[in-house]
Amino acid sequence: MKAIENWIQKTKPNFEKGGKYEKWLPIYESFETFLHVPGTVTTTGSHVRDAIDLKRALIIVIFALVPTLLYGMYNVGSLFYTSIGEDYTMMEAFGYGFIKVLPLIVVSYIVGLGIEFIFCYIRGHEISEGYLVSGLIIPLIVPVDIPLWELALAVAFAVIIGKEAFGGTGMNIVNPALLARAFLFFAYPGNMSGSSAWVHSVEGKATVDAFSGETILGQLNAGVAPDAIHGVANNQLSVCDLMIGNYAGCVGETSVIAILIGAALLLFTGIASYRIILSVFAGGFVMGLLMNVMAPETNYVMQLPAFQHLLIGGFAFGAVFMATDPVTAAQTNTGKWIYGFLVGVFAIMIRCFNPAYPEGMMLSILLMNVFAPLIDHMVVKANINRRLKRAKAAQETVTNA
Amino acid sequence: MSKTIKLRKGFDINMQGVAEHIFVQNPMPDSVALKPTDFVGLTAKLMVKEGDKVLAGDPLFINKLQPEVKFTSPVSGTVSAVTRGERRALLNITVTPDKETEYKKFDVADLNSMSREQVVSAMLEAGVWPFVKQRPYDVVANPNDKPKSIFVSAFDSAPLAPDYTFALEEYADDFQIGINALKKLTDGAVNLDIYKEGRAKTTFTNITGVEQNFFSGKHPVGNVGVQIHHIDPINKGDIVWVVNPQDVVIIGRLFSKGVFDARVVVALTGAVKSPRYYKTILGANIQSLLAQEQLGDNMRIISGNVLTGTKLGANDFIGYYDSQVTVIEEGNKPTFMGWLAPGFDKYSFSRAFFSWLSPKKKYTLNTNTNGGKRAFVFTGIYEDVLPMDIYPMQLIKAIMAEDVDKMEQLGIYEVVPEDLAICEFVCPSKIEMQSILRQGLNVMRKEFN
Repeated sequence: MKAIENWIQKTKPNFEKGGKYEKWLPIYESFETFLHVPGTVTTTGSHVRDAIDLKRALIIVIFALVPTLLYGMYNVGSLFYTSIGEDYTMMEAFGYGFIKVLPLIVVSYIVGLGIEFIFCYIRGHEISEGYLVSGLIIPLIVPVDIPLWELALAVAFAVIIGKEAFGGTGMNIVNPALLARAFLFFAYPGNMSGSSAWVHSVEGKATVDAFSGETILGQLNAGVAPDAIHGVANNQLSVCDLMIGNYAGCVGETSVIAILIGAALLLFTGIASYRIILSVFAGGFVMGLLMNVMAPETNYVMQLPAFQHLLIGGFAFGAVFMATDPVTAAQTNTGKWIYGFLVGVFAIMIRCFNPAYPEGMMLSILLMNVFAPLIDHMVVKANINRRLKRAKAAQETVTNA
Repeated sequence: MSKTIKLRKGFDINMQGVAEHIFVQNPMPDSVALKPTDFVGLTAKLMVKEGDKVLAGDPLFINKLQPEVKFTSPVSGTVSAVTRGERRALLNITVTPDKETEYKKFDVADLNSMSREQVVSAMLEAGVWPFVKQRPYDVVANPNDKPKSIFVSAFDSAPLAPDYTFALEEYADDFQIGINALKKLTDGAVNLDIYKEGRAKTTFTNITGVEQNFFSGKHPVGNVGVQIHHIDPINKGDIVWVVNPQDVVIIGRLFSKGVFDARVVVALTGAVKSPRYYKTILGANIQSLLAQEQLGDNMRIISGNVLTGTKLGANDFIGYYDSQVTVIEEGNKPTFMGWLAPGFDKYSFSRAFFSWLSPKKKYTLNTNTNGGKRAFVFTGIYEDVLPMDIYPMQLIKAIMAEDVDKMEQLGIYEVVPEDLAICEFVCPSKIEMQSILRQGLNVMRKEFN
C-alpha cells in the first residue's frame, strides 16, 4: 500500500500540467483513483461529504449482479450437458459455463472500456465508472453462443452511439447495455432467436431427442399451452422451476431467485429505486391480468397466468437491473412510478400482441427510456404550476385586502 | 395562532464534538475584525485608516452603493490593519481593542414611541442593520424595502449546531426587545420558529408578540428558508427578511441601552478537547477560542458548521453571522482501494457501507471529498433530504444552463445555498451545489436589479 503511494508520488508529476505525459492525466487519474481513494479535500461548499461516490455505488450493483452471473454460468453448463445427454456434477456444469461466459465478459470490458478511455483522453475527463456495470450486464443478456466479434461490434455501437455521442455517463438517453442487445437482435437475428440460439452447442455432439432449446416465450408463441411449457428435456416446468431458472434463455436472465437476491441488496443499500422495481412488477401484473381476460382460446401467450409473466422472458432481470438505471429512467420520484408501471405494461403488451418480437422487456424499457424525459417534464411542470397557483392566490388575497 | 409542522425528509449528520452546556467567559481577544467578504455582493467603502481610534459603534466601512448601511466596530480601540486581497478587495479591517470598551451612544427612545423610520435609522446608524438579511438572494436587506414578513429561526439543526435555548437564555429580555424592534419593520407577521422536541430550555416559548411556529424533523428543518417555505412561501417579487437569534439580541441591546453591544456566544465544536460555549465578541480572533486547544497542523478551522461554514486561516476571525466554530481533521490521506472496503467507519446517507450497523454512533468526519466529480447519475436522493416542494437537481441543471426562466419557475427565490448544503453532502457525483446555486442567485439578482 505504501509502495503504491510512493510510486504514485514519484510518477504523478510526469502527468501533471507541464509534465511529459500531460495529456494522459485523465487516464492516469482513472487508474490512480481505482487503486486508492485520493486525499482530495473539499475546497468550496460543504466541508464534509458523504462517503459514497460513483465507484462505491456502482460496485454495489456489480455485487448485486454476482448471483445471477454465477447461476448463469452454472445454467450454461447444465443445459449443455443435458442437451448432449451426459451426466454432470454441479461443479462440472459451473466450470464449463465459466469457460464459456468468461470470454463474453472479457470482450465486453475490453471493447467498452477501451472506447471509454479513448473518449476520456480526447475530452480530458477522468473516466466515469458507468461502463463497469453496463460491461457486466451485456454478457448476461445475450445468448452464450453469440460470436465474439458480433458482441464486440454491439458493444462499440452501444458505447459510441448510445453514450459517448451524448456526452458520456450521465448524459445518455437509452440504456447502453440494452442498446447493445437491441443491436444484436436486429442486426443478427439468427443468433438471437429460434430454438438453437439459447443453449451452447458443440459441433459433432448430437443433441438428445427429448431436448428442446426453445425459450418459454418461444414455446408459447409456437403454440404450447401454458400448463405444458417444458424445460430443456421436455419435463414440465412448475412455478418453482421458473423461480430457480434451469431453462433456456440468455445467460443471466433465467433465475428469478438469483435476481431477487441482487434486488434485495440494491434496495437495502438504496442504490436502486424501489419505486421503479415495484411499479414495473405491478404494471406487468396488471397487464397480464388484462390479457388473461381478453385472451382468445388459442393465444397461449395471453393465457399465461399474470404472475408467471413476471418470472419469464427476462422480465425480472429487466425490472431490477435495467429499468432502474438512474440515468435513463425517469428522474423525479413521481415520474419513477409512472415510468416503471408503463415499462411493465408495455413489456407484456409487446410480448402478447407481437409474436415476432417476444423480447417485450427489452423493447419496452428502450421505449420508456425515450419517454422518461417527457414524464419528468410533466411532473416538473406540475410543480411549476403549483408554484404559479400559489403566487396567484397570494396576489388575490393582497388585492382583496 | 401557532402552527406545528412536522417534516419527514432530511438527514441529521451525527458528528462527534457537540458543545457541552458550559459557558467559558473568554477575555477580550487581542484583535477583532469585520470581514467585508462575509456579505454577499457587497462593495465596501473604507471609512477608517490604520492607526485611527474608534469607539464601539463607529463605522469601519459602508456599502458603497447604499451608504446608509454601515458596518460598525464591535469594540473600541485602534485600527491596526486593513488587509486587502486580489485587485485590492477588502478582506478585513482589524481593530486592537482597548481594555475597557467605550461605546458610542445612539439616540433611542422607548420603542412604542418610535416610528418605523426612526427604528430603521437607529439600526442603520448603530450598524445592526446588516444583521437583517433578505430572501431571496440571502443578502443584507435594503432599508427602503418593506418585507411581507420577518422570520427568526430559534434553532439550528446543522451538525453540532449550538443550542440557542441554552446559549441565549440569560439574554431573553434583550431578545424580546429585539423582536419588538423587528415588529416595527413589517406590516406582516414576525415569525419565531421553535424546535418542537425542545432543546434544553423554554427560552423562546415565553417570547410574545410573535407568531410562534413549531417545527420537528431532521436537518435542514432549522434552516429559516425551509421554514419560510412551509409558513409563508416566497413568490416572485416577495421580500422576506430573516435575522439570526443571536443577532436579535444585539438589536435588542441597541434599543435597551442605546449602544452597539456585540457580545456573542460562540459554540466551539468538533475535534477539540473541550467543546463548549464561549462568551466572546463579534468578529473575535479565532486564536482567542483555540488558545487552550493546541491543535495539530492537519486541522481545518471552520467558522460556522461543516456544511455551510467558511474555512479560516490560523489567525483569522469568526464570521459576522456565525455562532459556531467547528474544527475537523483534513482528509488528505489516500485510502487504498477505499471504494471496496466494508467501511464500518464510513459515514453515509445510503447503506452502501457497513456503518449502517451503527446508526446511533457519532462519527468523526474529515474533509476528504470521498470521490471525484462526475455528471449527475443518481437521482431522487436529493429530494429525499430536502423537505421542500422543490426539485433540486432540475434547479441546479437550469442554473448550469443559465436558463433564467426555468430557474424562476423551479423556485430559485425560495432557496439559498445553505438549504441545498445537505443535498451537496449526500451527492455521489460530488457536485458543488452550493456554489452553483450562488451563481444562479447572482445571475437572477443582476437580471432584476
